Amino acid sequence: MARTIINVPAKARRGDIIEIKSLIQHEMETGFRVDNVGQVLPRDIITDFICRYNGEEIFHAELFPAIAANPFFVFSTTATESGTITFEWSGDNGFSATASRDITVE
Amino acid sequence: MTPTSLVAFLLATCFGSAALAGEITLSERRSGYEFMGTETRGIQDDDTANPAMLWVLDGEALWNRRLGSAQKSCADCHGDASTSMKGVAARYPAFEKALSRPIDLDERINICRTGQQKASPLPFESKDLLALSAYIGMQSRGMSIESKIDEHMRPFLQAGREMFNLRQGQLNLSCAQCHDDNWGEKLAGAPIPQGHPTGYPLYRLDWQAVGSLRRRLRNCLSGIRAISYEIGAPEYVELELYLMWRARGMKIETPAVRP
Repeated sequence: MARTIINVPAKARRGDIIEIKSLIQHEMETGFRVDNVGQVLPRDIITDFICRYNGEEIFHAELFPAIAANPFFVFSTTATESGTITFEWSGDNGFSATASRDITVE
Repeated sequence: MTPTSLVAFLLATCFGSAALAGEITLSERRSGYEFMGTETRGIQDDDTANPAMLWVLDGEALWNRRLGSAQKSCADCHGDASTSMKGVAARYPAFEKALSRPIDLDERINICRTGQQKASPLPFESKDLLALSAYIGMQSRGMSIESKIDEHMRPFLQAGREMFNLRQGQLNLSCAQCHDDNWGEKLAGAPIPQGHPTGYPLYRLDWQAVGSLRRRLRNCLSGIRAISYEIGAPEYVELELYLMWRARGMKIETPAVRP
């Protein structure tokens, strides 16, 4: 599975706004480039990124060929309860990757 | 302003002190980091934002993977990289007796692969080689660059210095004309840095990937429309040796981020 780097605070106070950072390894081949003999390099990108907090979708992004390689998303949410934040990427050629982090809310 | 003083001002601006600056004094040296915008610095400063860390993770996995007909991993000989590899990248290129010339870290990795692991060497600029050198390089982050220049190394250092000052290519430019004489000026809107190799291998936003100093030097050579050496050529090591000597005492930033 593609490598991911996730930054979620391990602990937060209830009601705090927390910042979530996610980075994933992916070449994001646009489908517009050609190789050295003129053959089009087929498109190979991540198309969807979803973040869920205890199962509830809190962030969803659609990705397009203009997004740079190794997509990096930073977003925020309110810490409501202890639990798990999950991350899910999917894309061309059956690409799929997941990650999760636990958070304790006091 | 009188016409004469205007001409003098223009001459000073265009061809002034910068044109014949010579080598940068030690106290004036600045890493390429300092020429970057705050956003790009922010990427380098945060390991969870720096995409080069993905390569470092790959490198860590490779460090521990047994391979080759010897079925040995890097860790089987060198143990924990955070202690055994600490400071290694800060003193490369180093002299290799068997080859009677200095080698860079990538070549060192491949000598280990072929000699100890009995595996095939990794091609220059391949993802695995970049991952390993990023992982090994990171163990020296924050340490001072110190090239060991002895009687074996001196001729290679001199060759690197000559290459740095050699005007070449259709634009007839030397490295020194940009990076010694005109650093801090603009080239097509982008600041010209001093050219210190403090963070290689590094993530260039332009490449959208991690690349080596060899790749960067080839970029510069094609920029001045000169013929690049082959990717594995020892000339790059001579130039790297001079650049590392020129950057002596500066801190390793591997894996850095550059625009």
